[in-house]
Amino acid sequence: MRILVCVKRVPAPGAHITLTADRAAIDTKNLGFTTSPHEECAVEEAIRLVDIHGGEATVMTLGPAEADEQLRYAVSVGIVKAVHVTHPSLTGEADWDPQATARALAEVISRIEAADGVFDLILFGNESADAGGFQVGVRVAHTLGRPVVNGIKAIDVGDSPGERTVTAKRESASGFEVYSLALPAVLGVKEGLNLPRYPTLPGRLKSKRAEVAIHTIEPVPGGLLTEHFANAADPVVNTTVLGSGSAAAPAIVDLIERLGLL
Amino acid sequence: MNSVRPGEIRTGEVMAIVEHDRGVTADVTYQALGLARSLLAAGVGSSITAVLIGAEADGLAADFCVYGATAIVQVHHAELKDYAPEAWGEAISGLVASRRPVAVVAIGTDRGNEVLAYASARLDVAFAANVIEITAVGEASVSLTRLRWGGSLLEQSRLIGSTYILSGAAHAFDGEPSPDHVGATPTTEIVDATLSGNAARTRIVDRVTLAAGITLTTAPVVVSGGRGVGSADGFSPLQELAELLGGAVGCSRVVTNNGWRPHSDQVGQTGKRVAPELYIACGISGAIQHWVGMMASKHVLAINTDGDANMVGKAEYAVIGDLHEILPAVIEEIRKRRGQPAPPSV
Repeated sequence: MRILVCVKRVPAPGAHITLTADRAAIDTKNLGFTTSPHEECAVEEAIRLVDIHGGEATVMTLGPAEADEQLRYAVSVGIVKAVHVTHPSLTGEADWDPQATARALAEVISRIEAADGVFDLILFGNESADAGGFQVGVRVAHTLGRPVVNGIKAIDVGDSPGERTVTAKRESASGFEVYSLALPAVLGVKEGLNLPRYPTLPGRLKSKRAEVAIHTIEPVPGGLLTEHFANAADPVVNTTVLGSGSAAAPAIVDLIERLGLL
Repeated sequence: MNSVRPGEIRTGEVMAIVEHDRGVTADVTYQALGLARSLLAAGVGSSITAVLIGAEADGLAADFCVYGATAIVQVHHAELKDYAPEAWGEAISGLVASRRPVAVVAIGTDRGNEVLAYASARLDVAFAANVIEITAVGEASVSLTRLRWGGSLLEQSRLIGSTYILSGAAHAFDGEPSPDHVGATPTTEIVDATLSGNAARTRIVDRVTLAAGITLTTAPVVVSGGRGVGSADGFSPLQELAELLGGAVGCSRVVTNNGWRPHSDQVGQTGKRVAPELYIACGISGAIQHWVGMMASKHVLAINTDGDANMVGKAEYAVIGDLHEILPAVIEEIRKRRGQPAPPSV
């Protein structure tokens, strides 16, 4: 089967984020970057699905020149083809809005499919770790006319040749909801889908030599305009220290009792 | 409302999508009505319509007037049975096309964000997810603050469109009844949706129930562990305390990455959002990605060997020391007060 994984370069989770003086952007000088965590799992899943069902997996990103690093990382763990959608306006952490991003991705996907055939399955992260727009995968699916479900934590592709479906599970409050989609389909996946592997040394060497197809796309802006950022204020808390060590146990139980939880 | 110039006000309906599962409302969905009231207060729209999708939700109509809705729309179609994201999205985009509401809102849960993404994709209009505040209203735009990085960074944005489509971050808007609307009787209208053949492509075909009863997202007490727990076995006192208090066990990302607990227990940006009465953070340093998953907790108790840990600084209560000494003592103290004998030691 042909699988496409769309990933985004984001500042490493846990990094302390500082803003530029005008607060219009994130100061990327001292930041490490990585693949958005949900999408690391999407990459891993694509590799596993190809191991089981055969075919090939492609990784695609829309981002600045530096996002080449995230494409090569995906190649180093086992993805065979890489596509970089870019434009000179994509620098540092400057994002396109979700509509512009989805339009560009859908256009490049259509180009690739016209040349090489349809992707049976396209995987997105449920949302990017940084912008958290919760919509690019759904918009791309709509443009391509394919079914899509988000929040997926388990994927099973049917093996019978006549019945090309994917079964996908989404976590609910009490367990899982099960969806069944005819292929070709799009899924938005979440961390917990699998535990991503680490690259091997031969994988890293291979990724350095990998050819990355570059598509330059003019942005078609949508209607969500980011003006500036602010760090969320830390809560001002006067912590009450109930004690230390096991001697604090009665004070802890007093607290539990006071809250009516005993 | 005095701060808004009259020419800038867009009158009309603000539609609040009610999230329900086969006729049972999600707790957070009442906050969508709070978000709708915030839009009205800012000068966006002049009335609130609660939208109930599927005949299974008809029985909920009476619930929403006290939250400020003056009209209820019940959307019916044979395909609107149980949750089906594409059918819901199409039903919403159909309502937007026929009624031209000023705004459509939901709460930013998995389903809320998904159906609004579907609807906005169909309408080809913008969608702002996880909004926490409406800050200003312009000629043809609304300025808002939304969450990035799961809540550790705030983004000030302007949303432009023929209909504003936005989801509210969970726990950012008032989910209580509006005192001004008690006793009001809304108008109720049934709308038969027109859905394309595609609407049935995505729907729930089965459900797997793993946890009956108390779950991480509904538990009144969450006993959560981080790196300081040290191992999978180290979670046994956390499990025992959670059971004693009718609570659930949670954990941080490092714990699931180490394979000590399943990912379904993970609290944080890429895990679950919890809002218990009491969150007991054991050996959790308190990185921002964890904090955003539990910051809606009513009370937080941090247990940590490091008095300088982030979590200790942010928590309302703290105990300094080794959780492996403290938790067994707490368990013993609870049993003593309840007059329960300790289980036989093995």
